[in-house]
Parts: sequence; C-alpha cells; structure tokens
Amino acid sequence: MQTELFPGSVYLERGRACFREYFVHKFRAMLGKNRVIFPGEKVLLALSGGPSSSSMLRQVQEGLSRETAKRLRFVPGVIYVDEGAVCKQSPGEREDTLTQMQALLQASGFPHHLIHLEEVFKLPSSILQRVPHAPSPPESSYKVAVEGFIHQQRRGVAGTGDTVAPEGQVQERLAVLSMQEGAAASPGGLLPDSALTEELRRLFGAVTTLTAKEELLQMLRTHLILHTARTQGYSKVMMGDSCTRVAVKLLTNLSLGRGAFLALDTGFMDDRHGDVVVVRPMREYTAKEVAFYNRLFGVPTVFMPALDTKVLEKPSIHRLVERFLYALQAEFPSTVSTVYRTGEKLSATLADTTAKPEHCLLCLCVLDTSVVEGSTLQALLISEELSQKRPLDLPPARGGCCAGAGAHRCCGSPPASGTRARADFLPLLCYGCRLTIKDMTCLEPLPPYIWSEAERRRRRAAIKQEIQEYLLEDEAAEPKS
Amino acid sequence: MAAPVSLLVEFGGGAELLFDGIKKHQVTLPCQQEPWDIRNLLKWIKQNLLKERPELFIQGDTVRPGILVLINDADWELMGELDYKLQDQDNVVFISTLHGG
Repeated sequence: MQTELFPGSVYLERGRACFREYFVHKFRAMLGKNRVIFPGEKVLLALSGGPSSSSMLRQVQEGLSRETAKRLRFVPGVIYVDEGAVCKQSPGEREDTLTQMQALLQASGFPHHLIHLEEVFKLPSSILQRVPHAPSPPESSYKVAVEGFIHQQRRGVAGTGDTVAPEGQVQERLAVLSMQEGAAASPGGLLPDSALTEELRRLFGAVTTLTAKEELLQMLRTHLILHTARTQGYSKVMMGDSCTRVAVKLLTNLSLGRGAFLALDTGFMDDRHGDVVVVRPMREYTAKEVAFYNRLFGVPTVFMPALDTKVLEKPSIHRLVERFLYALQAEFPSTVSTVYRTGEKLSATLADTTAKPEHCLLCLCVLDTSVVEGSTLQALLISEELSQKRPLDLPPARGGCCAGAGAHRCCGSPPASGTRARADFLPLLCYGCRLTIKDMTCLEPLPPYIWSEAERRRRRAAIKQEIQEYLLEDEAAEPKS
Repeated sequence: MAAPVSLLVEFGGGAELLFDGIKKHQVTLPCQQEPWDIRNLLKWIKQNLLKERPELFIQGDTVRPGILVLINDADWELMGELDYKLQDQDNVVFISTLHGG
C-alpha cells in the first residue's frame, strides 16, 4: 500500500502503522541502495543522545531483530563522546548526563564505548594520517557476499568473530567491554581527570569565535570516534545527521570556505580517512519526521546542552544558517528538501594534478590552497597581506610561543621551538581549517597529536626541499645515445 | 465563557531548559471570556510557565521556527495550528528540533 506522506503530516491511528513502516523501510532502503555495508562488517554507531542518532540506534535494533531474509546483517557497536567539559555543565550535571547515557548505552544491547573529549590529549598522531584502504569491491561481490553469508547462517556456523552473535553472546561481550572501558576511564568515578578537563577548557578558551569553537569541537569528536573505530576493528561509522542537519551543514560549510569538500562533509559516504568509512543513513529523514517517530514509538533521548545553548547574541555561522533555513522553511516548506537535493548532486572529483595530492592536517581533505593566478584565494591572500600592519611570516626566534599576529596575551609558556610558529602551521591546512585556526589567539594548547603530526610533515617537507636540489631536472635529461 | 480546561503540557528536545528543566506540566487554565485556543495558551505559557528567555520559545504570536507542536500526538498543522480550540484533558507537546535546544 502506497502512502504518500507530506513533510510534517502524520495520519492518526491507522496512519501510525503506515508511518512506522515507511520510516523503517527508508532506513533499509538507504543501506540497500548504497551497498557499502557488507554482511558481518563491524559498524560503529555514533550516538550523541540527540533525536536523530537515537532514532538511528532504534532502526538498527529493529533491523537486526527481524526474522526475515531482509534482516540487517552487520555487527554494531555504539560510541558516545562526552563533551560536558566544554558545554558549560557543572560536574554534577555532567555526572547526571553521563549516568543517563551509560544506561542508554547498556540498554542498547550492543558493545558500547563511552569516551570523554579530554582523551584527545592521548591520541596518537597516526590518527591524522590517511590510511589507504583496499579498493572497493565491485557491485557483484556485494551480492555474492550476502548470499555467502546467508548460507553460513543456514548451516548454523556461529561463534566466529564475523557473524551476528545471538543474544547471549552479545551480553557476554558487553560485560567484557564494559570492564575494559572501566579500566580505561579515571579511577574517580564517571568524570575524567580534572587536569585534562582544565587543559581542554584552556584550549577552547583560546578560541575567540563560536564558529571556530564548533568547528574545533567537531574535528576533535571525529578524531576520537575514528580512533575508537580503528583500535576496536570497526570499518564503518554511522553518523546520525538528519536531512535538516545536512541542509544546514551544506550552507554552513559553504560560508566556512569548505565548498570544495561539500560532497564529503554531507554525502552518504565519507571515505577521507581511508580505512574507516563514515556513512550517514539518516540523511533523508527530516528533523520533524525523526521527532515524530521518537515521540510515537518511545525512543529514549538524553538532551545535552551545546556550546551555545540559550545564547542568541553573536551566534556562530552554524546557528545563523540554521535559523535562516528554519525561518524560510516555515514560509516555504520545500526549502530544506531543495537544499538537500541540490547537495545530492554533488560528488567528489579527483584533483587533476600529476603529483600526489596533499591532505589537510586537521580535516584530511585534499588541500585546496594552491594559489592559482587570478583565483579568489590569491585575491584573498593579497588583501590579507595588505591589511596587515606587519608582514605575515614572523621570524620564529621572536619571544613567546604564539608568534601570532595581533595576540594580546601570550599563553605564558616559555618560547618554544620554531616549529610552533603559526606561519609553519597554516600551510598544512585547507582554507576552511585555516580560518578556524586563525580564530585562535594561541596555538599552544592544541593537543600533542596535532603538533607531532605537524612537525612530522614539516620535517618531511624540509627533507624533500633538500633533496630537490639533487634531483635531475626534466630538461637536463641525458640525451639518448 | 470558557470553562476551565485541564491540560498536560510537555516540553522536549531541549525546550524544557526554559521551564526549569521540567518536562511535564499538568495545568489548569482558568475560566475566562475568550475560548481557549493555542494562541491564548501560548500567551498563558509565556506569562505563567516560561522562566527565562521568552524569545527562544515564542516569536510574535507563534512558536519559534524549529519548535514542533503536537496536539494529542498529531501535528498541529492538521488541527488548525494557533486556532485549534483546546478541549479538556488535551495533551500538548512542544519539541525543539534545533541544535542544542
């Protein structure tokens, strides 16, 4: 039975069943259509406690429990990143939220991981290195893999690491993992080490605009999730971005100078990290549909204040765009879907350079900052230089670690080595990330893994520069005898 | 003359932050000359329930864009939005779909 649903309308009673079928079907269709998640694959669900990701968790639970051939076949785990340190929560409120989230995670029935944002200070620099992944298998092998999997299941092959574990085994694994997580967290209860919390606050304190704070938070969160995925053997991560959220992100990222990466930032599949692929299966659900579903079918959520909750003045670009879109949507109900559909048409294109493309240190997208004659970037750089009172590249021997133009107050640490100069750091970033870093008064509080990787790349570039002199020029090729 | 109306008013998605964090409110709207509709309910909520920052909840005489309103688990757009006449024992839910409430 075909039920046509307009945004926001839910037919009562009988419609409730229709709505549920429609909602559930859309999720499976999304995964089925894209065919990137293979049977038995380990998939990490990123839960924020918010409506979309909670709904996503419910869809996965429903999808796995169906006793039909159309059952979802991957092996899920759940991760939650605690950002209470930067979201203006008192320790009491933070503990409260964490307790609620713990309960939610445990009730999910899947192996779960609770990570604190403070753990960014323990990340390895390898997280910023792109790991080449095996070329994606051709279309036909997906069908073969599915058929093979069904055969395995029918023959009763259980207990291997790849098959979907029955209830009992999941509980066992859960218990083991919870213990592991307990050992990893700090001994003093739910909250992490307060010294790390202080460092985190100092880092965000060095960021002047809400926009840059949002971007930095997203970046750190992604790195943490990626790290967990890599160390725990997950090859896919599912994010709960809804259609509305994707539309807002699309326009926001355009304003943030990330236009070159819209396909990666908002598309269904994001493979910039190489081995771990991020997918967004909720991107066709509007925020309204999700809210309805959660309300009607009792999906539990935990509300978390964001960086700018209850703040109307001096909003971030993210909030401004959100407000703009929502206000427009109220008058023109096809706004969000139009933005979304336009975004769907975007696809990642390969840069047409013969040399191996460089990737941004922070967001791992291909660098879009080669200054081409007459480009907008060139114009921006020129006008920036002209409006500076001093030249951009300050000598690194200058006292103070920041060497940042216009920094009123140094962070107080002793003069560091030249590598900490802003001038060395910026060229490693794409245009969008440069803007975020420029909104920081002091770069010193950045976590160690970022500095290690920056240093590694700087050294590699320096070595490359040195041996360049010894490489033969093309024109000086030996004449053929 | 409108008889007093008993309602269950709920807030979710972060909207509860503006109401002392309390999600469910059992309210009784007093007897008054005009009939009770959503428009008047909003005014009443602004005066009696909203603890802070009214502009984060109400814009003009309606709710801020991004806040969903459900009347007895149905979208208020189907029920007449601001003009819906409240009945005794109705359930009105306000869910914020905005990021961070």
